[in-house]
Amino acid sequence: MADNKFKLSVMCPDRIFFNGEADMVEMNTTEGYIGVYQGHIPLATVLSPGVMVIHNNGKERKAALHSGFAEITPDKIMILAEAAEWPDEIDFKRAEEARIRAERRLAGSESGIDISRAEAALRRSLARISFKG
Amino acid sequence: MASMKDIKRRKESIQSTGQITKAMKLVSTVKFQKARSRVENARPYFDAMYAAVSEMLSKSANIEHRYLKGSESLPKAVIVITANRGLAGGYNSNVIKLVSSWGKTKKDMAVYAVGTKGRDYFAGRGYYVAQDYSEVINEPLYSDAMKIGRRVLDDFEDGKIGEIYLAYTEFKNTVVHEPKLIKLLPVTAEDTAPQIAEAFGGMQVTYEPSEEEVLDFIIPQYINSLIYGALMESAASENGARMTAMDNASNNAEDIISELTIKYNRARQGTITQELTEIIAGANAIS
Repeated sequence: MADNKFKLSVMCPDRIFFNGEADMVEMNTTEGYIGVYQGHIPLATVLSPGVMVIHNNGKERKAALHSGFAEITPDKIMILAEAAEWPDEIDFKRAEEARIRAERRLAGSESGIDISRAEAALRRSLARISFKG
Repeated sequence: MASMKDIKRRKESIQSTGQITKAMKLVSTVKFQKARSRVENARPYFDAMYAAVSEMLSKSANIEHRYLKGSESLPKAVIVITANRGLAGGYNSNVIKLVSSWGKTKKDMAVYAVGTKGRDYFAGRGYYVAQDYSEVINEPLYSDAMKIGRRVLDDFEDGKIGEIYLAYTEFKNTVVHEPKLIKLLPVTAEDTAPQIAEAFGGMQVTYEPSEEEVLDFIIPQYINSLIYGALMESAASENGARMTAMDNASNNAEDIISELTIKYNRARQGTITQELTEIIAGANAIS
């Protein structure tokens, strides 16, 4: 392995989403976007729905990541996501509909759990839509 | 001795049963292969999740968290995963037997049923069936596991249940399926500790935003993944068990048919001999 690369594996319940090397990976944690290089201190963090960018040999690969957590060690990053999608797997029409649905639900004031669920749905759909053009 | 007509009728009925069992075997073979590949796809995630949670709990042994302590006095929730259909050998009854011989009283249990066989058994014997998710067992999705997981966690937090257990059938290989009863909540270091994967290599780990919040997030996800894994394993076991059962049934049908064929031929020969004897006796009487 080259000096400044680390192993990255992204796992979903139904498949191994990504397994390989990377120079840098960006992801959206609950505290905001972070970029991780090799040699990071050990960190366990919670991910929010958002875009993950894998940098490798000057190339970028983007993917939508929907809630999960990341376990970071100096030479390895493991992401356990409940769902992940490459841009070409996303159904934009459905994502758009989900966004509108979630926004409507947020506009109408309902109680507790529904709001957090609608917010999560909204964030997921926004992450998906952000790939479009 | 049974008449020719009776034997023939019996043979035809067994033949058509044999055709049905053969067709069922083919169907479950196809389903089984699909289910098995899904189990294999789900395992890496499941193993990684298990290792991560064990690791975290072993590091944070003395942390106070609501998911880490249960209540002995409240009823225990059991998620019972069985099939919606029978004709799968001992598959359903093995899981049911395991749960009913658990040594808890009816009052001390709340059943969350996945699969009508388990639901009907426990509902019929006066257990409290809190929820029924039978429609998910044929094609389990991760979102189904999330739905079940959310429900049991909500009930746990509301103080309706004190502990959460999961009864399912572990898929070892095509012919070996083992019913299992595991504890989901409260998660304790002892339950997960035996083989701690040293993911962090013994280093001090930082938690962001905080240890509590990471646990808040990770434990529901851990439970969802356990439920999902159990659904997958059970679906594979169910189809494997049905495949074996139907194969045995088809073989048995063939055996019975060949036995009946011999009996039928013997009966036919018997009637011919008897007819001849009668004719000869009649001819002799005339002459």
